[in-house]
Amino acid sequence: MTDTPYFGRRVPRNEDATLLTGRAQFIDDVDLPDMLHVAFWRSDFAHARITGVDLSAVRARPDVVAAYVADDLGDIWGPGPLLVPPPPIEDIVFHERCQVPLARDRVLHAGEPVVAIVATSRYAAEDALEDVRVDLEPIDAVVDLHAALEQDAPVLHEGLDSNLAAHCVQQKGNYEEASANAELVLERRFHYDRGASAAIENRGVVANWDDSNGKLTIWDTTQAPIPIRNGLAGLYGLAERQVDVIAPFIGGGFGPKIMMFYPEEVVVPWIAMQLGRPVKWIEDRSENFYATTQERSQIHDAKVAFDADGRILGVHDVFLHDTGAYDPYGLTVAINAQCTLLGCYDVPAYYSEFTAVFTNRPIVTPVRGAGRQHGVFVMERMLDLAARELDIDRVEIRRRNYLAPDDFPHDHGLVYQDFSSLTYDSGNYAPALERAAEMIDFPAWRDGGREEAHAAGAHEGVGIVSYVEGTGIGPYEGARVSIDPSGEVHVATGVGTQGQGHYTTLAQIVADAVGADVARVHVVTGDTREFNWGTGTFASRGAVVAGHACHAAGMAVREKIVECAATHFGVDGESLELGAGKVTVAAEPDRSITLGDLASLANPLRGAVVPGTEPGLEATAYFGPARGATASGVHAMRDCCRPGDVRRADPRLRCGA
Amino acid sequence: MKPPVFEYHAPGSTDEALALLGEHAWEAKILAGGQSLVPAMNFRLASPAILIDINGVDELSGIETAADGSLRIGAMTRQNVVESSDQVRAAAPLLHKAMPWIAHPQIRARGTLGGSIAHADPAAELPAVMLALGAEFHARGPSGERAIPADEFFFGLLMTALAPDEMLTAISIPAQAPRSGTAFVEFARRHGDYALAGVAVTLTLGSDGTCESAALGLLSVSEAPMLAVQAASALVGTAVELSDAEGAAELAAGEIDPTGDLHASADYRRHLVRVLVRRAVVEARAGIEDRG
Ligand SMILES: Cc1cc2nc3c(=O)[nH]c(=O)nc-3n(C[C@H](O)[C@H](O)[C@H](O)COP(=O)(O)OP(=O)(O)OC[C@H]3O[C@@H](n4cnc5c(N)ncnc54)[C@H](O)[C@@H]3O)c2cc1C
Repeated sequence: MTDTPYFGRRVPRNEDATLLTGRAQFIDDVDLPDMLHVAFWRSDFAHARITGVDLSAVRARPDVVAAYVADDLGDIWGPGPLLVPPPPIEDIVFHERCQVPLARDRVLHAGEPVVAIVATSRYAAEDALEDVRVDLEPIDAVVDLHAALEQDAPVLHEGLDSNLAAHCVQQKGNYEEASANAELVLERRFHYDRGASAAIENRGVVANWDDSNGKLTIWDTTQAPIPIRNGLAGLYGLAERQVDVIAPFIGGGFGPKIMMFYPEEVVVPWIAMQLGRPVKWIEDRSENFYATTQERSQIHDAKVAFDADGRILGVHDVFLHDTGAYDPYGLTVAINAQCTLLGCYDVPAYYSEFTAVFTNRPIVTPVRGAGRQHGVFVMERMLDLAARELDIDRVEIRRRNYLAPDDFPHDHGLVYQDFSSLTYDSGNYAPALERAAEMIDFPAWRDGGREEAHAAGAHEGVGIVSYVEGTGIGPYEGARVSIDPSGEVHVATGVGTQGQGHYTTLAQIVADAVGADVARVHVVTGDTREFNWGTGTFASRGAVVAGHACHAAGMAVREKIVECAATHFGVDGESLELGAGKVTVAAEPDRSITLGDLASLANPLRGAVVPGTEPGLEATAYFGPARGATASGVHAMRDCCRPGDVRRADPRLRCGA
Repeated sequence: MKPPVFEYHAPGSTDEALALLGEHAWEAKILAGGQSLVPAMNFRLASPAILIDINGVDELSGIETAADGSLRIGAMTRQNVVESSDQVRAAAPLLHKAMPWIAHPQIRARGTLGGSIAHADPAAELPAVMLALGAEFHARGPSGERAIPADEFFFGLLMTALAPDEMLTAISIPAQAPRSGTAFVEFARRHGDYALAGVAVTLTLGSDGTCESAALGLLSVSEAPMLAVQAASALVGTAVELSDAEGAAELAAGEIDPTGDLHASADYRRHLVRVLVRRAVVEARAGIEDRG
């Protein structure tokens, strides 16, 4: 395509009218007749033995319909699947311990559900929570990553003799040799603390079992509706065609909504099938803080060796990774930290070793960065410290260590989270660094600006970091594009949408491919009734991978459009122009036909569809990249604390915006 | 995060509200802006059997300026109304300055002046400001109306002089004296959070230029909002130089009995009080000069 009227340009967003007028369907808007509501009784202890559960008072309440503990769940009770197995790295150790729908013998983190109560309203269900009697014998909670691995630490999981969840070493070159003649070796410990992502909309599940059609419909705030459909069908012993999963408008994902299968995701649809009534559970904010997965905690002990010019000779990093109470997401977060640490830099020798640790904290799965920033933080701090030690400016030390534009593709010889080798496809880092430094006027700050500000009573600081991010990983996504006789272009893809603007960005791609007005391109995402294949929205892959599939499907439809119009006008395909929702004979502008009319022609009521062709203007296509794409960037900031600013009063308080 | 069952009443007048309160007293709670009460009910920390919603009682809101310049503000007056009132800005600049420190605009649009005072959160801005202003609270109950000076109102954590069958109807605030200055400073990790510590100061100078009277209200540093009495009296008679402010700050730090929690240790709160009192006193003093 040479001309793109929409792709890469600013257009009004297709979804805004629906969102701004309050017509968008979010999960809590799903309201079905006769619907019941679920509330979970969750442990406030991080670590405890369950010695008894008494639900008699709960069940006696008039507005309680049912109440369940682990043993009531029958065959569906058991550990969930391991979503990402450990990558094929030599000598890797990995202990799979996945979460269960309701805790049975032990609770391993605060917020772990033990009882599900079904009542006529959420209010009534929460009233009943007060009648739940669970006998818990608290056990010392394991929260400190170093203490967790000590001999006397209580062990979370049966069958393991310690809290070690995984161990992995990856290296390139030989750090010891490379650092032997170093001018400077810096050694530091970095703590990265826990964090919870708080999407504006919490999680929720609504389920309905239609007995007459043998069909289970699930509305779920998931980032991955198709895998949820597939997994739940298997778990409940249903065929995939019997289960529909709809991820409606979602108020933010940020990673935790890619996790599968949350206890509530397994239990709520099962209850709907048991009771033959629609059932709803909406996570509230206090549940969100401990029942939704989290991220972040790692402790890195890093060493970086430099020569006198500030060039990196080698990096040695040993870290502990907190995986929380269970590890259903495998090692993605830790591997990302390991593989992103090298950043934009030419590092001849790298030794990276991590130990993942079970702790009595909420489960760790990717959140907003998925471990990448931990690695970036270590490397960038070390560069800043080295710049100070060696008296090189912070921009210069980065520039000196950048991979050069002709170093690509660059294979680091490490295994990445998608199991392919960590290979940067392309890169040219210095221009972005120079531009960023210019935008904050770094030279002025370096050459006296800082001292000048200080003399005037202000503290002025600068932060500058660069990074490389692996994005757009496989396995694949697909899309179907079809033209409706009304002229509307319909696009369906399997990824979910949580506010990324897919209704517009994917529409832009398809509008260009088929020559339609972007406002007339209607995109459906995350609805298994509309598209049967796909993985989900995560790892910055939605627009990249599903976008490619949309483009391919759009181009296939374009071919059909051209063929059909060429026949219609009796001209050669090459003499046609597509745009603004119609096809025109280029040399005769008054000979044109709208895409809608063409769609009707392509689906004749009389006459045959020629063998080897298909009716309508429709095509489906898939895209699966061999490996992720490489993106890079630079962040720079200059900020100052002025007199009278409270932050300045106490040096322990961080300044900056 | 759903409240337990409660009975809801929406009286149209103060008399009606008082009658309901008289009938249910211990079981009932007044619902004003709901910004403290409703979250407490949703967390099931409070479970009043009866809610008496006074949002429909118009006579409880409004700001009046009396002939002597003092203010009378209805208990139901929204915090954002107080914040943008010219009458308040003129007669009680300290109150005007403190308002933006309370929570966020959305919360001030619902939260009321009376609600914050009756709630008596030691970390709230308004109780400490009322102490520094020497305000008076008007309460009505079965035996009629009474006025309670601010420094006899706050007892302990969320405890006040109001009886369960009494309600707060209005707040009186004396007009700021000539040759006086005020300041409000606090420190919170993020703007809009409850402060880790805060200070509200009023200073009045006599004709000789020395301090005639001073009041320092402190928040977030003890069980109840409090006046730093020793610090204030030490300022009286001084010229309120920097060293006087430092002396007052030192005294204030000794008068408080802060507790440590998740957000700040007791020592850190004491340190903050030392810094904030000094700064507030300096700012209040400078404010007098600005006015000539
Ligand atoms: C996110 C958030 C942040 C906040 N941050 C701050 C902050 O930084 N600083 C701060 O000061 N406050 C803060 N608040 C609280 C807010 O200012 C409240 O509005 C205020 O404390 C209570 O006022 P209200 O009108 O909402 O009272 P309500 O919540 O309706 O009532 C509070 C209590 O006072 C009683 N009450 C109310 N009116 C009367 C009356 N007339 N007579 C007798 N009793 C009465 C009620 O029965 C109840 O016990 C915050 C609130 C939220 C939700």
